Amino acid sequence: MAQKDPGLAGTLRHFFKRKNRDIHAVKNVSFTVEPGEFVGFLGPNGAGKTTTLKMLTGLIHPSGGSVKVLGHNPFDRRHDFLRQVTLVMGQKQQLIWDLPAMDSLRVNAAIYDVPEPEFRARVDELSKMLSITTQLTQPVRKLSLGERMKAELIAALIHRPALLFLDEPTIGLDVNAQDSVRSFLKTYNQTTGATVILTSHYMGDITALCKRVLLIHQGGLMYDGSLSGILERFAPYREVRVETAEPRTAEELSGFGEIEEHDGRVARLLVRREVMTDSVQRMLATLSVTDLTVGEPAIDRIIAKLFAAGSVTPVAEPDPAAATTGAVT
Amino acid sequence: MRSALRISRVMVETSYAMMIEYRSEIFLWCLAGVMPFILMGLWAQASASGAFGIDAIGFARYFFAVFLVRQLTVVWVVHEFETDVVQGHLSSRLLQPIDPVWRYMAAHAGERLARAPLLIVLIVVFFVLYPKAFWLPGWREAVLFIVATQASFLLRFVMQYCEATLAFWTERAGAISHLSFLVQLALSGSIAPLELYPPIVRQIAMLTPFPYLIYFPARQLVGPADAMGPVWRGFVVMAVWFVAMLLLNRVLWRVGVKRYSGMGA
Repeated sequence: MAQKDPGLAGTLRHFFKRKNRDIHAVKNVSFTVEPGEFVGFLGPNGAGKTTTLKMLTGLIHPSGGSVKVLGHNPFDRRHDFLRQVTLVMGQKQQLIWDLPAMDSLRVNAAIYDVPEPEFRARVDELSKMLSITTQLTQPVRKLSLGERMKAELIAALIHRPALLFLDEPTIGLDVNAQDSVRSFLKTYNQTTGATVILTSHYMGDITALCKRVLLIHQGGLMYDGSLSGILERFAPYREVRVETAEPRTAEELSGFGEIEEHDGRVARLLVRREVMTDSVQRMLATLSVTDLTVGEPAIDRIIAKLFAAGSVTPVAEPDPAAATTGAVT
Repeated sequence: MRSALRISRVMVETSYAMMIEYRSEIFLWCLAGVMPFILMGLWAQASASGAFGIDAIGFARYFFAVFLVRQLTVVWVVHEFETDVVQGHLSSRLLQPIDPVWRYMAAHAGERLARAPLLIVLIVVFFVLYPKAFWLPGWREAVLFIVATQASFLLRFVMQYCEATLAFWTERAGAISHLSFLVQLALSGSIAPLELYPPIVRQIAMLTPFPYLIYFPARQLVGPADAMGPVWRGFVVMAVWFVAMLLLNRVLWRVGVKRYSGMGA
């Protein structure tokens, strides 16, 4: 990757002598996905999620390791592989901007050799599921962001792919459109048995759709398992909501746990599980508590906190000899 | 085969619909291609001295044919491909079970259809303004012109597609194309009929693909068709260059696509 310092001096230096730096976007990532699974890729910006997705779809060639998707090396881009996959990128569109989405759908139907009656039936079915019908005959540029994403999904699914790669499919959408896309994806996965691999910054997407989560951080796979397991592994916290008779200061509360929210008499704290009993006992003894409840913290806040702190640490040291490996069956 | 026909039909229809959206832009492109008429004026004036062996009508018809060839063989794949690579639009095309070149070819075909009526208007205007230059070519000239023009389009397309694939390395393949356009301008017969060039330059030029992009098809229409050698030899040279460029394109594609990083996503 090219490096350039800011300012005129940096520009001139860059003109005469280019500096490049090798960046390992992904390393030591190894996993297998079974047919029909709905898997979420989780990680902060620049973690390597999209790079992994690009390798799995065959858009980029890994410098080491091996990738097998549906029995193919994706980078060979064999037609029988490409006919079974699709990639939806929330930040990139494949629809023709100035024409109605239906024109793009017709092109895709021809490319994937979907017979005309079947094409019409599929458009009908998918557009009903996504509550978008008349909009398909309006120019894409006139559609709202949500309508455009729904049309993108129809374009991406017109050939009934067995494997869906979704890269931030709800980015920029309002809450209603996000819900609508999520429920569509869930139904599609359940009714067709398609395998779905999803990356998203919105925890709502992950919590609503993915039973299994791959946590990627700094190009490495840090966790592979259930969503709730992340908390056990990386953030063994409980959430304590405490209400006191008199207002308490943040200094007074900080000795019991990390303060998440504090408003005079009411506070929400994150307390490590191993000191939970001790903390609660001390609160009851010293804070004149009128109400106290203990529960699971919201997973999205915990994960956001982990990424913000950069404190994601692997449970086991990855094998340094292992390279990028992925398999989707 | 049926599938290929369906793909071609739907893609060209869609490209045509897209180009119709930009009809005023296409009209301006057509107008921007009138440089041969300016050169025609200059050469027609210069021919009055009788030093070139071609009279004013001869120059007018030649540059009219140059105008037609240029209008019918416009290629811009390098710019579209460069944008697709730099902005990552190529990603969705690479993930479909069809070579991305189909879309580029269809875009050119659609544009040609949208350009045709405008071109007819410009032809009528030309002969109304310059009735002395009017003539009707024979069927043989017309057929040879159509075949040579289509062959010229394919050769120009594959040459520019080679330059386009350099976008995998430079990301500014358009600049390379601008440079090669200079050579093309000099050797294609765009600025003067090749008969006016020194013999040595003419001989060298005829070994390059450039005269076959403009001069050769233009001469098929206005004659003499064999001014630079037998007509069949012209088509053979075109075919050889086409195959060579196609092979080069496939090599560049295979090596280059490994460098593609799907930027911007």
